[in-house]
Amino acid sequence: MILTPAQIEARRRARALRTKQIAGNAYLWLLLVVLYAPILLIIIFSFTKSKVFGNWTGFTFQLYQNLFTGYDYNAQVRVDPNLYRAIAFTFIIAFAAALIATILGTLAAIGIYNMRSRSRKVVSFLNSVPMINPDILTGISLFLLFVFLGISRGMTTVIIAHVVFCTPYVVLSVMPRLTKMNPNIYEAALDLGATPFQALRKVLLPELRPGMVSGFILALTLSIDDFGVTFFTKGSGGLETLSTFIYADARKGGLTPELRPLFSLIFLTILILLVVMNIRAAKQAKK
Amino acid sequence: MRKLTDIAANRRTWAWPYVLFMVLFVVLPLIMIVYYAFTDADGGFTLYNFIKFFHTSEAINTLIYSFAIALITTIICLLLGYPAAYIMANAEFKTPAVMAMLFILPMWINFLLRTIATVELFNMFGLPLGEGALLFGMCYDYLPFMIYPIYNTLQKMDKSLIEAAEDLGANKAKVFTKVILPLSLPGIYSGIVMVFMPTVSTFAIAELLTRNKITLFGSLIQRSFGEGGIAMWNYGAALSLIMLIIIALTSFLDSGKESDAKTSLI
Repeated sequence: MILTPAQIEARRRARALRTKQIAGNAYLWLLLVVLYAPILLIIIFSFTKSKVFGNWTGFTFQLYQNLFTGYDYNAQVRVDPNLYRAIAFTFIIAFAAALIATILGTLAAIGIYNMRSRSRKVVSFLNSVPMINPDILTGISLFLLFVFLGISRGMTTVIIAHVVFCTPYVVLSVMPRLTKMNPNIYEAALDLGATPFQALRKVLLPELRPGMVSGFILALTLSIDDFGVTFFTKGSGGLETLSTFIYADARKGGLTPELRPLFSLIFLTILILLVVMNIRAAKQAKK
Repeated sequence: MRKLTDIAANRRTWAWPYVLFMVLFVVLPLIMIVYYAFTDADGGFTLYNFIKFFHTSEAINTLIYSFAIALITTIICLLLGYPAAYIMANAEFKTPAVMAMLFILPMWINFLLRTIATVELFNMFGLPLGEGALLFGMCYDYLPFMIYPIYNTLQKMDKSLIEAAEDLGANKAKVFTKVILPLSLPGIYSGIVMVFMPTVSTFAIAELLTRNKITLFGSLIQRSFGEGGIAMWNYGAALSLIMLIIIALTSFLDSGKESDAKTSLI
C-alpha cells in the first residue's frame, strides 16, 4: 500500500500524540506512586502485629482486633487508653469548632456582604489573617494571650483556637452563595411582614445552605488535621488530640501500633466517600 | 434606645460578633507577640531579645538555613508540580478524571503519620535521615498544595487564546512562554505561597524526618516556649515576630488568592 504524503504526516502526528499521552500519564502515575508509597506502607503494616513499624512478622488482623476491643489478647495488655481519649477529643473539638465557625461565619458573611466597601475591606483583611498566618504563629499568639489573661489552657482554649482558623473558610464558602442570590428576596420577605429572624430562617438560610455545608466540612477536616495550633493551646493537663498524641508518641521513639489500622480505615473511608461523590457529580454533569 | 429588631434588620450588624471575636482572638494575640518581644520577664521595655538574636550566630544561621530549605522545597515542588498540573488540565493527554482527586487524597491522612511513614520508607531502603530526607518529606507533604492552584488556573484558562496564538503563527514553545505561562502566573503565585509559608514555619516535620539532627527556625521558636520555661518566652516572641514579618512580606506575592485555592480543594 502506498500512502500519500498527507497520510504519512497524519500517521506521524497520531503517533507523536500517543507517545506524548503515554509519557504524560506515566509521569503522573510515577508521582502518585511516590506520593502513595508511605500511605501504602501504613496500610500494609496494619496487617502485621509487630510493635515496630516496618517489621513484618506475618499476616494477621490482630491490630484491627486490638483497635476495636481495646485489649491486646496476645500480650495480655490494654491498648493505650489515651489513644481512645485522643480520638474522642479530636472529634468533640472538631465538631464543636466547626459548628461555632459555621454559625459565626455565616452571620459574618451576611454582614460583610451588606457592608459599605471600606469597612468590608477592613473586615475581609482581618478575615484573611488567620488563613495566611502559619499555624505556629496562630498557636503562639493565642498561647501568649491566654497566658497574659491568666486563662488556663484546655478544651475551651483549643476550641476557640480552632474557631479562629476555621471561620475564615466558612465565610469564603458562604460568600459566593450570597453574591449569586437575588438580594430582593430578603427585602420582599420583610415587606410582606416577616421579622428579620423569620426572613433569615425561611429565605436566607435555605439559599446559603450548600455554602454552609461545604464550609462546615472544610472546618471539620482542618480541625481534625491540625497539629501546630492545638500543640500550643492544649495546655499540659493531659488533653491530647490524635495529632498531638502521634507527635508525643513519635518523640518517645515508638508508635502505638493500633494507629496503623486506625488510619488505614480512615483513609479507606475517605477514599470511598470521594469516589462516590465523584461518580455522583459525573452522573449529574451528564444529565 | 433602638429596638433589638431594628439592629437585626440592619444586616451589617450581623458581622459584629465575628468582628469582636477576631479583635479578641486574632488582633489581640498578634499584639501580644509584639508586646512580649519588646519586654523582659518583668514586663519592662527592652530590645534585649532582638540583640540576643542578632548576636547568636546559631539562631541567624538557623533562620537562613530554614529560608533556604523552604526555598528549595518550593522550587522542587514547582518544577515537579507544574508539569503535573499542565498534563492534567490539558485535554490532549486524556488523563482520567479522578487524577486530580488522587493528588489531594493523601492530604486527608494526618501529616505527622505520613511523615513517620516516610521515615520508615527511608529506613527500609537504608537511606540516611538527613537533609535529603528532610527535602523529600517536605516536598512530599506540600506537593499537592502546588499542583492544585496551578491546575485550577490552567483549567479555567480561555482555550481560544491558545488557538488564536497558533493561528497567528506561534510555535508550541512560543504559545507556552507567551500565552500559557503568563496566564497561569496567579496559580503559580498561590502555589508558591501555599508551599513556602508552611515549610518556612514548620517545626514538627524536621524533627521527625531527621531524628532531631537538623533544627529549623520553627523548632527554635517552639523550643523557646517549651523546656526553657517562662524565661525564654520573650525571646521566643521576638523570634515569632521575625517570622511574622517574613510571612507578611511573602503574602504580598499573592493578595488573598491562597484562600480561594484552599477552599476549592473541597
